[in-house]
Amino acid sequence: MVRLEKLTKTYKTGDQALKAVDLDIPEGQVLALIGPSGAGKSTLIRCLNRLVEPTGGKAWLGETELTSLSQGRLRKARRRIGMIFQEYALVERLTVMENVLSGRLGYVGFWRSFLRRYPQKDVDEAFRLLDRVGLLHMADKRADELSGGQRQRVGICRALIQDPDLLLVDEPTASLDPKTSRQIMRLIVELCQERRLAAIINIHDVALAQMFVQRVIGLEFGSVVFDGAPDGLTPDVLTQIYGEEDWEATIQKDEGRSSEEVEESAW
Amino acid sequence: MVTLQKEGVMSWRRRTTGRALLGWFGWLMGVALFMYCWQQISASTTWFFVWDAPRVAEDIWSRATPPRWEYIAKLGRPIWDTLNIATLGTLIALCFAVPVAFLAARNTTPSALFIRPIALLIIVSSRSINSLIWALLLIAIIGPGVFAGIAAIAIRSIGFCAKLLYEAIEEIDETQVEAIVATGASRWQVMAYGIVPQIMPAFAGIAVFRWDINIRESTVLGLVGAGGIGLQLSASLNVLAWPQVSLILLVILAAVVLGEWVSAKIRGAII
Repeated sequence: MVRLEKLTKTYKTGDQALKAVDLDIPEGQVLALIGPSGAGKSTLIRCLNRLVEPTGGKAWLGETELTSLSQGRLRKARRRIGMIFQEYALVERLTVMENVLSGRLGYVGFWRSFLRRYPQKDVDEAFRLLDRVGLLHMADKRADELSGGQRQRVGICRALIQDPDLLLVDEPTASLDPKTSRQIMRLIVELCQERRLAAIINIHDVALAQMFVQRVIGLEFGSVVFDGAPDGLTPDVLTQIYGEEDWEATIQKDEGRSSEEVEESAW
Repeated sequence: MVTLQKEGVMSWRRRTTGRALLGWFGWLMGVALFMYCWQQISASTTWFFVWDAPRVAEDIWSRATPPRWEYIAKLGRPIWDTLNIATLGTLIALCFAVPVAFLAARNTTPSALFIRPIALLIIVSSRSINSLIWALLLIAIIGPGVFAGIAAIAIRSIGFCAKLLYEAIEEIDETQVEAIVATGASRWQVMAYGIVPQIMPAFAGIAVFRWDINIRESTVLGLVGAGGIGLQLSASLNVLAWPQVSLILLVILAAVVLGEWVSAKIRGAII
């Protein structure tokens, strides 16, 4: 589904954010990308929809090679890649409905979008998605009136209405409280399963990642240092990714323990 | 910042002794310069006229009161012209200022090397010349009248509006723009969805603020023959008809107060 071949990004300052990353993501797989700040997590997912231009290597989405696309073709490819942001990145002064429908911008012409005359099936889909995330009654509210969790749900709707093949998720829970974080992660994972969507989730909360994903990639200084199932994240592995620290409390506990204890130790 | 260690005590002062003395010397020179300038101005002032000022002012005040109220019948049309000059001038200026602002803003300009300097040049040249001088130039070119006034106000306002607007564009939140780009939107769609909603409050504020300024500026344009109430003002001053002058000043005051009130209302409604 998604294949990276020696994907490299060197910033103008000379910082190597990505060092020849190889990665293969099958259809429908939800993958967590963990690593310390500055490890290149954001750069990696931004290189896929070319919000950041990679400086070397190749990236395939299905049969399309992304790094060599012209501007016009890139726009078409971006429609197939939904993105969810850390600070939600909703257009604050537009309504919830306008924000959701903006996910269709790649499909409708300028004047239709400018006059807010979206095709009826897009409007139907927008209402259906808002209903799915429990925000139907908020459709006409302005985005800046919503709480953090609600905004992130709108962000999810905006990404999904693109009808993407791949979801890029950049720190979806970094600005949310623990309970909302779980709800948002659960929602993202459920929606990906419903639609057989592949997703790359940047996340710095290791316990949360272990709870929800099938596969974890550990990134350090722009290189993949871990690739495996969530229970493969031993203290040794975490030390390798993040550096020396007492990791016992971070790692998800065995099933045998009571849920309260997990709750406590996780946060 | 100086930290000194003396007899085991860490003392701290903001400046070293040398720097503190230098600071005091600077102040001394400043005061001396001020005194010198004062003396120069004093020497070239005809103090007789200054001492005479209260008497002359009182004389004019007594001639100007009470205002000649019946003259107001002739002021309706000129004050209407003045308001129109301000409003139309502002609207025309905004039409030009918006594209110039987008060309001048670092994050939206098509070319930072060629087009941005041109846009900045337009802004600077429009801002650097007062609207009264623009009016003088335009009267020479297109003849006296309301149109010259509108053009003068418009040209003067383009730079002002474009400058404030391009600063607003440069301060937008880029992640909102990124999110719209990521959906596969075209360049124009990114502008309409990612940028325009973010600068709308600034735009409304700038437009209303400039309209407010333009009402005041357009009252004096008549002095040079560019239409509006200034025409009556200069005519009355020329024949020393002080009761008419005082009435005109009152009408201008009323118009400006009205403008302030309307712009405060609009600003409150939009932001």
